[in-house]
Amino acid sequence: MVQKSHPIVEIKDLYKSYRRGMQVVPVLEGITFDIAEGEFLALMGPSGSGKSTLLNLIAGIDSADNGSIKVDGVEINTLPESELAQWRATNVGFIFQFYNLIPVLNAFENVELPLLLTGLSKRERKDHVDMVLRVVGLADRMDHFPGQLSGGQQQRVAIARAIVTDPTILVADEPTGDLDRVSAGEILDLMDRLNSESGKTIIMVTHDPRAAEKAHSIKQLEKGILNVSSETHR
Amino acid sequence: MKIPYYYSLRNLCTRRLTTLLTAAGMALVVFVFASILMLAEGLQKTLVATGSYENVIVIRKASKSEVQSGIERSQASIVETQPEIAVGPDGGPLMAKEMVVLISLPKRDNNKPSNVVIRGISRKSLQLRPQVKLVHGRMTRAGSSEIIAGSSIAKRFKGGGMGETLHFGMRDWTVVGIFDAGSTGFSSEIWGDVDQLMQAFRRPVYSSITFRLRDSSEFEGLKNRIESDPRLTVETKRENKYYEEQSELMAKFLRILGMSLTIIFSLGAIIGAMITMYAAVATRTGEIGTLRALGFQRRSILAAFMLESLFLGLIGGGAGLFFASFMQLFTISTVNFQTFSELAFSFALTFNIVYRALFFSLIMGFIGGVLPAIRASRMNIVDALRAS
Amino acid sequence: MYLLKLIVKNTFRHKLRTGLTILGITIAILAFGLLRTVVSAWYAGVEASSATRLVVRNAISLVFTLPISYKEKIRQVEGVKLVSYGNWFGGIYIDEKNFFANFAVEPISYLKLYPEFILTPEEQTAFIRDRKGAMAGRKLATKYGWKIGDLIPLKGTIFPGTWDFVLRGIYKGRDKSTDESQFLFHWDYLNETLKKTVPRRADQIGFFMIGINNPALAAEVSTAIDTMTKNSLAETLTETEKAFQLSFISMTEAIIAVIQLVSFIIIVIIMAVVANTMAMTARERIGEYAVFKALGFGGGFIAGLVFGESLVITTIGAILGISATFPVAKAFGIAMGQYFPVFNVARETIYLDIGASLIVGIAAAVVPTIRAARIRIADGLRRIG
Repeated sequence: MVQKSHPIVEIKDLYKSYRRGMQVVPVLEGITFDIAEGEFLALMGPSGSGKSTLLNLIAGIDSADNGSIKVDGVEINTLPESELAQWRATNVGFIFQFYNLIPVLNAFENVELPLLLTGLSKRERKDHVDMVLRVVGLADRMDHFPGQLSGGQQQRVAIARAIVTDPTILVADEPTGDLDRVSAGEILDLMDRLNSESGKTIIMVTHDPRAAEKAHSIKQLEKGILNVSSETHR
Repeated sequence: MKIPYYYSLRNLCTRRLTTLLTAAGMALVVFVFASILMLAEGLQKTLVATGSYENVIVIRKASKSEVQSGIERSQASIVETQPEIAVGPDGGPLMAKEMVVLISLPKRDNNKPSNVVIRGISRKSLQLRPQVKLVHGRMTRAGSSEIIAGSSIAKRFKGGGMGETLHFGMRDWTVVGIFDAGSTGFSSEIWGDVDQLMQAFRRPVYSSITFRLRDSSEFEGLKNRIESDPRLTVETKRENKYYEEQSELMAKFLRILGMSLTIIFSLGAIIGAMITMYAAVATRTGEIGTLRALGFQRRSILAAFMLESLFLGLIGGGAGLFFASFMQLFTISTVNFQTFSELAFSFALTFNIVYRALFFSLIMGFIGGVLPAIRASRMNIVDALRAS
Repeated sequence: MYLLKLIVKNTFRHKLRTGLTILGITIAILAFGLLRTVVSAWYAGVEASSATRLVVRNAISLVFTLPISYKEKIRQVEGVKLVSYGNWFGGIYIDEKNFFANFAVEPISYLKLYPEFILTPEEQTAFIRDRKGAMAGRKLATKYGWKIGDLIPLKGTIFPGTWDFVLRGIYKGRDKSTDESQFLFHWDYLNETLKKTVPRRADQIGFFMIGINNPALAAEVSTAIDTMTKNSLAETLTETEKAFQLSFISMTEAIIAVIQLVSFIIIVIIMAVVANTMAMTARERIGEYAVFKALGFGGGFIAGLVFGESLVITTIGAILGISATFPVAKAFGIAMGQYFPVFNVARETIYLDIGASLIVGIAAAVVPTIRAARIRIADGLRRIG
């Protein structure tokens, strides 16, 4: 039995469309749902269904045309970009399909990046980075550059970067999309542990059925609308 | 600026060939910029140092230099009686009546002729110019066909060396001494006894009169009196101002030439920097999106790319200055546009030039990088991430 | 043809980068052309020299004069057809900034010696008849708004005092290289005035200008005159007009050398910029080149693509730069009129411009071409996506 904790993400009547030249293409047509704290949610759907767009909106890197998104009580859809940037720094952890590590920074420096936006001292930052790299099991490779790491290792560094500021939510866009079977499994295990042991709220967009299996619940998107069916595994 | 400086710096090192080429372009511009400034500086240094504030030079009115000037003996005598002239150790006035002409001498290295100043000096001439020192041989003997040559002449011109002979005014003249006047214009002159030279050239007039002021503040009064005397048609100047004016035409030419060249070249270098930075932004679109997603502000992205461009400028500027400093080993030997006579001067590097060169390289980096940096900062996050 | 179409399309894929590179080349070609024009303006005097004119002056330096009695002696030397003479006056018109060449000459013989100075018969007669008359070049008259009959005062520097002249003629230059900025007046006016004021300086000539009937005799005539005056009070140095002009230039040789050196530096800078662009472009397209190779196109085709693009860019830049050179040179010539009376863009300069852009286009493409042609298909394909 899952205890229904309070909603950490509240989405109401969300509309979003893109302009392609003269054409207006609608992507999301009235999305409403809540995400509970500590939930591990998978967003799935065919290509063009709007799942990535929805993720971007929740993460605060895009803004909707209409509707409201509240994350931990904060209405983010109407925030101006500079405030939104500050908000993202402390509230969102990103995990991308292609890791998106900065090539000229080593693992330690990559993980440290989000901390540079806080007021922590150099010593405090070092402590946080050390701890988080240990959690993902890469403490011995902190001075390696992305070019010297395997795909799985890079994604683990990315995850370390995502959790180093202890954000409110973690968003992941196809986190296993570029990994082989074994590495994908390791990453999914890590994410599972973060969710179950540390209570991190994870919202993941994926095509991978094994990834979806690891999640608590799945929401299906099709042509910009949520499918009613919502499976809850665990 | 939240994005660390080493992000910008390391990105420069990653694209090595591109960075090198762009920085090389800027280095060349700074090299030309600094060299021209050093040349104009060297020219002015030479000429300004040639004269002394305490000395006064008298030449005929409206003549622009000693070569064109002519002062009759009678007029010279009148000038001699002025009370403001300092008294020398021998009790007589510390004054010298001199004659200046130009002769054409062939250079040692390419045999081409250039105009060299021959100055007929009096006994007190050396005293009036303490910066001139005899370093070889001896002074000329009275009544003889002997001359002494400035160190630059001895080095560069045929017949100007110790013991060598020059032929003019139907006589042979032997070089019995070499004098060194540092980097001043006198090093490019030949000196001899004024009476002997006046005879040889059949010029019964002096070119100029130079004397030391007994009290420097009396100059204005002296100038007014002499220039309004109906018996005299002369003008008076402080010696250092006279020589400074002689450099103006050429220094101006060098500066205008230098500045026009630098501006044109810098346009090329800036364009090179712009191309490089636009490419850098284009290649790192994904990174930019990531940094923005992580929460870095637009202005931080702008600053990071501007810093990269400024570093580029600085590297180019430093390299350009480094190579320009070697120009100090060279000396230019040419004819001064204004006096039509030979002048040798070298490149002079000053702190002022170093600052200006580095500042200029930063400006180039700034202009080259600003538009690409703005483009980077204005990117839409979602589009940028999609491009990676 | 397919190759050509591909090249052109490729070049304009990246409009901003290509546009900037072309702009860079345009500016460089413009600067290069301008500098070369400055150098050739320096040599303008040499260009305008005649092979049948000789200059006789005092062997010591131009500062010394020759006695007028030499006129007869020189006329009697074999091969001498015409003898004229004059003095450099060096007068100032109102302000030192308004510099132009002014000479006192013997008008009848001088005009015969310089057929490239064209006056109407009326102007010529008026000038010769009026001892205080003067003739000025068209460029000079236009600059100061002079008209025939104007009173023109010059302040003497070598010959003190204020000297008044009446403008009797405005001459046009026969050739493009003729100096239309000279001011000539009667030597007799100068001499008669000197006889009254400073008699010691009268009857002294600054230079003799000689016309010979056969250019091949130049060396003989020169030697004859100089030998004749050797060991006298005023030894002469006789040389062809061209040699005389060159001797002036050699005095400021160092500066000319610097300018020429600098014009080559421009080419190097621009080569760096274009090479940079080509390197970047080639790096981005490595994947595409691999695809071409996989499809069966050879290394030569790839090389053609890279070279072709480089040459298209440099050619467009060169055309723009060369076209811009003419109006800019004209403006420059007007602004620098006092330093350079003759300022024309030489045909040779254009050829050099074209040559330079070709060299740059080829050199910049060398390294990227080698890299691109050698790419192994598998490596290249991996780089895509």
